[in-house]
Amino acid sequence: MSSPSVVDPRPGAAPDQTWDPASIRGDFPMLERTIRGRPIAYLDNAATALKPRSVIDEVVRYYQDVTANVARGVHTASQEATERFETVRHQVGMFLGSRPADEVVFTSGTTGAINLVAQSYGRAVLRPGDEVLVTEMEHHSNLVPWQLVAEQTGARVRAIPITGSGEVDLGWLERNRSDRTKIVAVCHVSNVLGTVVPVARVAALAHEMGAVCVVDGAQGVPHLRVDVGALGCDFYAFSAHKLFGPTGLGVLWGRQPLFERMPPWQGGGGMIARVEIEKSSFAPPPARFEAGTPPIAEVFGLGAVLDYLAALDRRAFEHEDRVVRYAEELLRAIPGVILHGAAPGRVGLVTFSVEGVHPHDVGTALDAGGVAVRAGHHCAQPLMARLGVTATVRASFAPYNTRREAEALAEGVEQAKRVFGQ
Amino acid sequence: MSELDELYQSLILDHNRAPRNFRELPTSSGHAEGRNPLCGDTFNVWVQVKDGVVTDVSFLGQGCAISKASASMMTTIIKGKTVSEVRGLFDRFHQMVTGRAPTAEDEKKEARNALGCLSAFAGVSAFPIRVKCATLAWHALMKAVETAADGMPADARS
Repeated sequence: MSSPSVVDPRPGAAPDQTWDPASIRGDFPMLERTIRGRPIAYLDNAATALKPRSVIDEVVRYYQDVTANVARGVHTASQEATERFETVRHQVGMFLGSRPADEVVFTSGTTGAINLVAQSYGRAVLRPGDEVLVTEMEHHSNLVPWQLVAEQTGARVRAIPITGSGEVDLGWLERNRSDRTKIVAVCHVSNVLGTVVPVARVAALAHEMGAVCVVDGAQGVPHLRVDVGALGCDFYAFSAHKLFGPTGLGVLWGRQPLFERMPPWQGGGGMIARVEIEKSSFAPPPARFEAGTPPIAEVFGLGAVLDYLAALDRRAFEHEDRVVRYAEELLRAIPGVILHGAAPGRVGLVTFSVEGVHPHDVGTALDAGGVAVRAGHHCAQPLMARLGVTATVRASFAPYNTRREAEALAEGVEQAKRVFGQ
Repeated sequence: MSELDELYQSLILDHNRAPRNFRELPTSSGHAEGRNPLCGDTFNVWVQVKDGVVTDVSFLGQGCAISKASASMMTTIIKGKTVSEVRGLFDRFHQMVTGRAPTAEDEKKEARNALGCLSAFAGVSAFPIRVKCATLAWHALMKAVETAADGMPADARS
């Protein structure tokens, strides 16, 4: 397998070798800890990214100085909390390509966001015989919610195949255009292969069929500049915690006219217009989809994330790409290492197997050297079946990772091979 | 010895490379599947139980070195033991890999004697995430024993 050319997905970034991750490593308290007496090499960013001090401080500030419920109280703290909460909603809209704030719904995570689309939009539009298309490389969170709503409505879920290099087979999609397809749900970036899905093309094909395009952006936002208008999708979901933010918070962006027509999914406080014992009328979006007290502290934290990213030198992401490519080169040079995924322009991670050594044993050998990776099926069992493996090892990167950490990864793999006599 | 070499002792690597009793029993009185949803590793365990004694046991499946070696060594050590002896052995094994092994010298010695070659898994306690791997086949075995047609009567099992 030859090294593919790197397509920089971030416009306007000038090539520069001089950006030093040391300039931001001090921002991330987790990087100070040791694992088994060694400095941590945190290469599990696709599972959850580390949090900068400013994000942690902002979460603490909510609990320490501004604790109040939002959109409910008449008192000063409640007003302050509500203002901050709504400011972050506005920031998220800007972050996704200058979209209006009322297209931003806060959820519990990407999973919560996709379940919302499935149970509100999907349940309302799907009829027996209709189809939901996903890809073979979806995370379970962009597959199982569709299976559930398909079961409820008599629709069925089909998978767009992926090619040998790990790209969506667009030819298949073109050949299988059908007016029975109502929803096309794809990842922006594969959490296993790092493939960047050409969402604009997929969305255009979906619209030709009269379907909506739902994008799981959990692995997209940490690596790509996202403009949902340019992508042309109808829904875009992501999690704060994979974007250096708090756990328990996600975002569902959706087009206003779609949100307007969608029924509520969960009922409770905050999402109503008027309530009587036998019936209720509902608030307009986004409040309609935010039943109950939202994750307020986490939204504060997400605001700090977006400030942090806005101030971050964009060369940081070029550096990240270079470290990923370096790790890939080092691994490719080790006999018996098999790299998975070869799509041009892939981002953020390297997934591999070591001949004769189970991924869990590789993971433990790496952990013994302070290197944190994910070993397992990555919540993508259909893709594992497609690759003909039960599990793999994934090293996933962020701008604070260093070339030295990529070397620690390769050394850990050599250790695993030594222990197993491979 | 490093924690890594402590974990992957040569006995464990040997059983991983060449698992014993790695087949399906032609006739069995009990069978169960053990699956680790975390990694997808799966083992099937078959037992033949006669008059409360495990007369034969085997396994098949896929998993990491720890889970496979543990399954293999389990099959070699429990053959000929009574169901209650097997249960006691699993308790001791579980205590060892979760790091709750006895600390008093005489108890330690007693545990070592009872566990025999299974002591090779003591290093697992330094890697708590791997406890599930080490006990996967054991949990399947206990289920298989429960379902064994010729097992002990239910009221005598505890």
